[in-house]
Amino acid sequence: MATGSQGVAAFPSRSARQKQLVLVFSRVWAWVFLAGLTAFFSASVSIQSHGDVNFLTIRNSQNILMAIVPVLLMGLGQTFVVIAAGIDLSVGWIMGLSSVVSALVIVTLIDKGTNEPLAIAIGCLAGIVAAMIPGLISGFIIAKLRIPSFIVTLGMSFIARGIAFLLSGGNVVGGQPQGVRDLGNEALLYLISGPNGGLYFLRAPAVTGEALRQLDRILQWPVVITFILLLIMLFVLHKTQFGRHIYAIGGNREAALRAGIPVDRHIIVLYTLSAATAGIAGVLSTARFSGGSSIAGDPLLLSSIAAVIIGGVSMFGGQGSVSGTLIGALIIAVMTTGLVMLNVQPFWQYIVVGVIVILAVLIDQARDLIIGRMETG
Amino acid sequence: MEPMLSVRNLVKRFGGLTAVNHVSLDVYPGEVVGLVGDNAAGKSTLIKCISGVYQADEGEIFFQGQRIYFARPMDARRAGIETIYQDLALAGNLGVSANIFMGREVKRKYLGGVVHTLDETFMYAASQKVLDTLDIRFANLEQKIEKLSGGQRQAVAIARAVYWQAKLMIMDEPTNNLGVVEQRKVLDLIGKLREEQVPVILISHTLPDVFAVTNRIVVMHRGRRVAEKRTSETNSNEIVQYMMGALDDTRVS
Repeated sequence: MATGSQGVAAFPSRSARQKQLVLVFSRVWAWVFLAGLTAFFSASVSIQSHGDVNFLTIRNSQNILMAIVPVLLMGLGQTFVVIAAGIDLSVGWIMGLSSVVSALVIVTLIDKGTNEPLAIAIGCLAGIVAAMIPGLISGFIIAKLRIPSFIVTLGMSFIARGIAFLLSGGNVVGGQPQGVRDLGNEALLYLISGPNGGLYFLRAPAVTGEALRQLDRILQWPVVITFILLLIMLFVLHKTQFGRHIYAIGGNREAALRAGIPVDRHIIVLYTLSAATAGIAGVLSTARFSGGSSIAGDPLLLSSIAAVIIGGVSMFGGQGSVSGTLIGALIIAVMTTGLVMLNVQPFWQYIVVGVIVILAVLIDQARDLIIGRMETG
Repeated sequence: MEPMLSVRNLVKRFGGLTAVNHVSLDVYPGEVVGLVGDNAAGKSTLIKCISGVYQADEGEIFFQGQRIYFARPMDARRAGIETIYQDLALAGNLGVSANIFMGREVKRKYLGGVVHTLDETFMYAASQKVLDTLDIRFANLEQKIEKLSGGQRQAVAIARAVYWQAKLMIMDEPTNNLGVVEQRKVLDLIGKLREEQVPVILISHTLPDVFAVTNRIVVMHRGRRVAEKRTSETNSNEIVQYMMGALDDTRVS
């Protein structure tokens, strides 16, 4: 059965090269787009401010990284779910639920006299567990009762929202100890630029006045945590059996089942995992703003799904990657920050994100169409 | 000779419908048995009972002389019964090697077994080897299944079964939707399996194919087994009569 090799050899080399070109472009366009976007903003921000403001600064890059933390975390869980041909609409409010629960537990424990690090650790864990429970229930209903994920997670989203509001009374849960704020804002490295500056590791230098203004936090803890998780999930998706089975389920659920893959269990784990990443986002939100907010995740849900789509995850399942979602999240954050710095009305951001989402899918389809045409001659 | 597979008086009902009605069937090593019948004759249901997709309501299945009961398809596969379904049960988004090893990926262990990764190198090499023995060639084993032709997909499914040392292979309409050349190749592959002493149950509507490769033909009609003939002692005319219900060996005349 040598038809495969013959088929490939039959192509004239010119069109083979063109095909290669299309493939390469469709794979790297997001990176190119991100680079172009960055170049565009650094040029136009600098021109508009007559050189006073710079887009490509350490501080700005760190702001962008902090901005993508929740979007990326929810997007990572979502990536796994969508590759397995599902969707999780509940992560936004689950993030809020986790934020509220972690803040409440920390405040309560501190009031009872628990020492601070322990209270924070338990609080963070409680937030993540509180997030995983609705994820587990959603996964169970989707896998065992065969109700579409769209419906189950939509319902779960309302439930999580209600519980979060009930627990918080609709208010921000404040009263957080200093350690919480540090977790959300302190960093791995500190840089003071200028003549008396320097690079500091783990501990912020005690400075005041002008030096404090020059102090940049590099790799704040939420960013560090998110990128460690990203690396783990990258490894799991692309290098392990668990990851391979996610693709198998998304590609052909029936085939996966017949191949002996425990599909139901896998699906339950995926929704629990998705909720867990949203839970981590919630805990980090509590830390960053020193307060638990039930509405923390709601506006970010659609951004996280947009990041997943821009990153090339097919909504039909079976296709996508962790790095793609990272790019998607970066594109959205760079664009949002850039537009703000250009003093464009913030409402334009939504329009631009919408255009990019649709464009991303069009590019994927155009690739398949072009390659399909080339193959049929 | 002991039959490899022996089905005795199997019954499968769906509500009021008896899809398989007291069917018995023996398959011996190194033999290809054709299972034919009109639509809704119960062929697929019978096959799904043997491969663990359905559980029979009555009757017994013996495999290699042992009474067996499969609660799920994986049990049947573990025992050595590989089924190649009409829709092939391949994941189109994965490559050739990934599909051959789907569900039974070979892993490499690190850190004292805490971390497992896929051993792609091993799986590629092993896939290449089994494809070579079956004389199947692919430009590259990372090629996604959805980019392959129908015959190539069929070949991947067969290679998967062979790699996992199937003791009995069940093929459901393997030549459907294939071009003439590819049909020929799939039939050749079935011949290869017989040479390797792997018995095959072949379900097909295409009687010329059935006559080309089988040793025996079993005909089903409305859930019952109405005939069993040596391929050399019958012809397609007669088989068609059985399929239509015009002839019936179980009928008392």
